[in-house]
Amino acid sequence: MTHSATDVWIVILVLGAGTFLIRWSFLGAVGGRAVPLWAERLLRYTAVAVLPALIAPMVLWPAANGGRPDPARLIAAAATLAVGLFTRNTLAAIVAGAVALGLGSWLI
Amino acid sequence: MSAPTAPLSRPSPANPPAQHNAPTLRGADPETPRQAFRRGMIQALPFLLVLIPFGLLFGVIAQTAGFDVSQTMGFSVLVLAGASQFTAVELLSHDAPVLLVIASALAINLRMAMYSASLVPIIGAARPWERALAAYALTDQSFAMAVQNAERRPQATLAQRLAHFWGAAVVICPPWVVATYVGATVGNVIPADWPLDFAVPITFLSMVAPMLRTWAHLAAATVAIGVALVLAGMPNGTGLLIAGPAGMCAGAAVEAWTEGRKRSA
Repeated sequence: MTHSATDVWIVILVLGAGTFLIRWSFLGAVGGRAVPLWAERLLRYTAVAVLPALIAPMVLWPAANGGRPDPARLIAAAATLAVGLFTRNTLAAIVAGAVALGLGSWLI
Repeated sequence: MSAPTAPLSRPSPANPPAQHNAPTLRGADPETPRQAFRRGMIQALPFLLVLIPFGLLFGVIAQTAGFDVSQTMGFSVLVLAGASQFTAVELLSHDAPVLLVIASALAINLRMAMYSASLVPIIGAARPWERALAAYALTDQSFAMAVQNAERRPQATLAQRLAHFWGAAVVICPPWVVATYVGATVGNVIPADWPLDFAVPITFLSMVAPMLRTWAHLAAATVAIGVALVLAGMPNGTGLLIAGPAGMCAGAAVEAWTEGRKRSA
């Protein structure tokens, strides 16, 4: 790394401030004002849209497997999803996924 | 998972019946803020399985790349956003220009603007300093937990929702910082052959699966995944900024459609 300590600290401080402003944006500026019904309707689906979209490429094309689909990881993802849907319990889903991944990578 | 039911308040000298600030509406949530805080803490515990190993890994990678301990801690305390921290450290260690490093890492965090907007109906009525603190502690995990909690407990008051959020944040944020410090000073303590990369997908799926209660939720997830896969080649996860809103529109459209059918039926 040829960057000076000043460069590194500039990155840390600007990235920190910028990230805070992104996080604060709506929550801070809109605050307690009433949100229009259509917006509230859209925002209800932020979590179920963004979180799966964020990880979908990691599930299908894991970098640890050279970007190719890996049966153990696919099985683990399916197990997590199935147990999460069925039990509605996050911890149970995590345990199922971890066990499936451990068993899968050991067997395959 | 639900907290033990609080004893219903009975009229007594110590507990007069006319408490105007006590929730008396039918269906009001009897949970005290303290109970909500504790429930948030307990529900956040599973995420430590991911946050601790990745915090350690961040510390190790930053040290190996030549960052000193104060810089490494600067990232975890001031940025507090794993994926962008890894990207910034990676790009800096490959001598990328400072502006490019900042832009790339910020692009990864832009999704949090969507989280911020979604929290407005949930905790937007909090005081300004509380909202600023909540913004600092806004992560994928604390956001998902707040949404899940709001959906499961629609009667909860602002105080209850905030207490739940703080409980989750206390479990999620400080361990990230501590794990970074341990990784930076002690070194790698995680076996190299652990498939750690998949801890993130597993925990995210485990947060989302219980939320898929309606066709609208399912449509939102399906459309967002489809668009995200098509746009997977876009830099720094910017495809997500299209995939997310596309899924949200799909969810809202299906909700409007099913409501319209119910009304006309």
